[in-house]
Amino acid sequence: MTDHIKHSTTYIGIAFLLLLCSIAQAGTIKVCPTCPEKSVSKAVANAKAGDKILVDGGVYKENTIEINKPVSLIGINNPVLDGQYKGEILTIRSSHVFVKGFTFRNVEVSYLSDFAAIRVAEASHVKIINNKVQDAFFGIYLQRADSCVVQGNRVKGNGKTETSAGNAIHLWYCNAITVKDNKVSGHRDGIYFEFATNSHIENNLSQNNLRYGLHFMFSDGNVYKHNTFRQNGAGVAVMYTKNILMENNLFENNWGAAAYGLLLKDISRSVIRNNTFKRNTTGIYLEGSSKLDVEQNDFLNNGWAIRLLANCTEDTFRLNNFIANSFDVATNGNVMLNQFSGNHWDKYHGYDINKDQVGDVPYRPVSLYSMLVERVPSSVMFMRSFIVNLMDRIEKVIPSVIPEQLVDASPSMKKISYDRDKKSV
Amino acid sequence: MIEIKNLCKSYGKLKVLQDVSVKFERGMVVSVIGPNGSGKTTMSKCILGMALPDSGDILLNGKSVLKQHDYRSQIGYMPQIGRYPENMKIRQVISMMKDIRKEVKQLDEELVGLYGLEQMYDKRMGTLSGGTKQKVSAALAFMFNPGILILDEPTAGLDPISAEILKSKILKEKKKGKLILITSHIMSEIEEVADEVMCLVDGNLKFFESISAIKEHANEERLSKAIAKIMNEED
Amino acid sequence: MKTIIKHVLYDILRSRIVLAYTVFMLVLAFGLFNLEGDPAKSLLSLLNVVLLVVPLISIVFATTHFYNSYEFMELLMAQPVNRKKIFLSEYLAVALSLSAAYVVGIGVPVLLYGANATALFLLAVGVGITFVFVALAFLASVVTRDKAKGIGVALLLWVYFALIYDGIVIFILYFFSEYPLEKASLAMIALNPIDLGRIVVMLNLDVSALMGYTGALYKSMFGSGTGVAISFGILLLWVLFPLLTSKRIFSKKDI
Repeated sequence: MTDHIKHSTTYIGIAFLLLLCSIAQAGTIKVCPTCPEKSVSKAVANAKAGDKILVDGGVYKENTIEINKPVSLIGINNPVLDGQYKGEILTIRSSHVFVKGFTFRNVEVSYLSDFAAIRVAEASHVKIINNKVQDAFFGIYLQRADSCVVQGNRVKGNGKTETSAGNAIHLWYCNAITVKDNKVSGHRDGIYFEFATNSHIENNLSQNNLRYGLHFMFSDGNVYKHNTFRQNGAGVAVMYTKNILMENNLFENNWGAAAYGLLLKDISRSVIRNNTFKRNTTGIYLEGSSKLDVEQNDFLNNGWAIRLLANCTEDTFRLNNFIANSFDVATNGNVMLNQFSGNHWDKYHGYDINKDQVGDVPYRPVSLYSMLVERVPSSVMFMRSFIVNLMDRIEKVIPSVIPEQLVDASPSMKKISYDRDKKSV
Repeated sequence: MIEIKNLCKSYGKLKVLQDVSVKFERGMVVSVIGPNGSGKTTMSKCILGMALPDSGDILLNGKSVLKQHDYRSQIGYMPQIGRYPENMKIRQVISMMKDIRKEVKQLDEELVGLYGLEQMYDKRMGTLSGGTKQKVSAALAFMFNPGILILDEPTAGLDPISAEILKSKILKEKKKGKLILITSHIMSEIEEVADEVMCLVDGNLKFFESISAIKEHANEERLSKAIAKIMNEED
Repeated sequence: MKTIIKHVLYDILRSRIVLAYTVFMLVLAFGLFNLEGDPAKSLLSLLNVVLLVVPLISIVFATTHFYNSYEFMELLMAQPVNRKKIFLSEYLAVALSLSAAYVVGIGVPVLLYGANATALFLLAVGVGITFVFVALAFLASVVTRDKAKGIGVALLLWVYFALIYDGIVIFILYFFSEYPLEKASLAMIALNPIDLGRIVVMLNLDVSALMGYTGALYKSMFGSGTGVAISFGILLLWVLFPLLTSKRIFSKKDI
């Protein structure tokens, strides 16, 4: 028994000694154009685990810097790492690496390799904080990473075509990543997730990307909060995923023949709440999606607020505001297995005799004309014409074409208010 | 002055003028007569370009008037039934015509004065009687001193005094060497003012002779009888 | 020609119908702007009404005016004035006075409630449509001698362009929806001045994205600036064709 305690004490003592040693050894390496050490990659190569490398302002024309031990790489006075369009700049292959305060620029565009400004490969607990990435093929690329943080970075691409541009923040087979406070623009996709699970995406701004502001697939259990997706070529597209939460995001000005505020394809068991969809060609497009709760969102000035294909089932649309959309809801079939209730529709012309703020007449958000447009797209040219108004009026009185089940039986007379700016904890 | 050559005009199937050729000279007062529907008014309208001939030509001083319009400055026209914009006042009609014919400096406003039109200047055309409208038409026809006057049944709706005023005006203008074409049914009136008579029947020119020649030809003292005789002879 | 236009304008102003039209437009526009909080939305509602009312008023007023001006034209035709000039003066006077009424009636409220490019397009389209429908009215008037018949033809033309034509096109699009009809449908749009006017305003509201491939086609075919120019060019053809046809008929007509 005592023997055992003795042993334990010895172990603790040894561990303590080792720790002391490592602290004593954790040195600081300075890099600057006038320092003895002028090269970041040499400094990295010479550093020991736990070292801190401080890089002072200046332009460092270096590429293919590889970190394979837990070090901190800290930029002071905004040092620039210029990749000179030759391969990647920084590759992190070790866990517990910390990178902060750099500007990365000029990463080679290749059709063979996905060159990135910063790559994290098969590592965990890496933090990439407050860097700038300019004119890179891929910006920040995480593959098989776990528990990493990508925060406060600004990734600005120069992409011209979808094939010659990579993604700003790219995650592949990752888990528990935090992507927070980043601003990304000018890339193919702003934020791209493939097989990335249990992650938090918060307070990011993704705009003016060539394709999608946010694009993910097979990425279950993620939380998206307070992000803004603006003016992306095709808006936001998410596919083949379940258990996601999208809250307090803003989708706006995703305008174009093939642009969507939010395109959902084969998404299930997810919640879309308190978001604002403003001036998108299509607010939300749902295809093959089921068991979604779409509630308390604002749909403002969209072409179509919601396009709900007939292969969606058990989706509920509750307490949303539909204001100034050209079409509130469009669908392509005449079967409807989804539910609308308690939404506010600005096109609602019913009455409320008992003053309970619930309209006494059900509202049919699909118009005959929107059915026609769904079937014959070119008939959209007749939008706002006399004949279309006439057709819709007649259909309202004698419904014959629009799906009977697609109805909001308890439309709200007043705009529904909720705390949209509530910050997430 | 005016030469009509082989003029043909039909309204649909109805042939109103058939191959009419005639020549009017300066200083002539020609009375165009004929039964109703014989083509008198149509001929006037053809000269004025209001009706377009099917074939034939109309020459004014040797030049064709077809598809032209400037020549009308030489013609004063008084229609059978004057039609005017109903909500215009007499003053407005007259001042508008003056405005359109600005180039004419020497206006002949004698008839305006003689008919006392100034006193009625603020009446709307729509409220006027047929006779008063005729007075306005007459005043307008003479106003711009044209070398040719085409008067379509000028005295038809006028009271005797006004008719007298018009007749003396016609004679006065005749003395100035103008060509005057009058369509009329009133033989006494024709005898009073005209020298020549042109007779149309069913769109054909029946005859075109001086009054004295007609009387001589028919051996009758009175023009009406002479004409009736000639008409019967032909049948 | 100026003199004649001046006198026709006097005549039109005397009838006060144009004044009533101006007031109607003012009331309509102010009403819509006050009812609707969002000026952009009221502009759209205004577009709806304008595309219905402007052709109707233009064609009916112009037809009636033409028949009522028969005496006036007759009077002028005995004067040394070119018939074509008389006709064109009548046309210009009617089209200009109606356009002026429209521009004042819609333009003043629009200026007060925030003018933008769309509003300008709405104004331009309205003026274009006025010119087109006055020309159509004159055509209807010269081919029929009888006033009642002429107004009947004019109303038929209006119903046709405002309603029937669109119905037929939607029918065609629906029944041939398997075929690529985008280009054909654009041609069909050009065959109706009201549709054309609506599309011009809609494209400038940036609704083209809603039009999917058709809208993209429209935009790519015409581009933004030239597209508008081409649309107005087609509207101009819509003015010239009926106007010149009716002018030719009129100058060969017996009075």
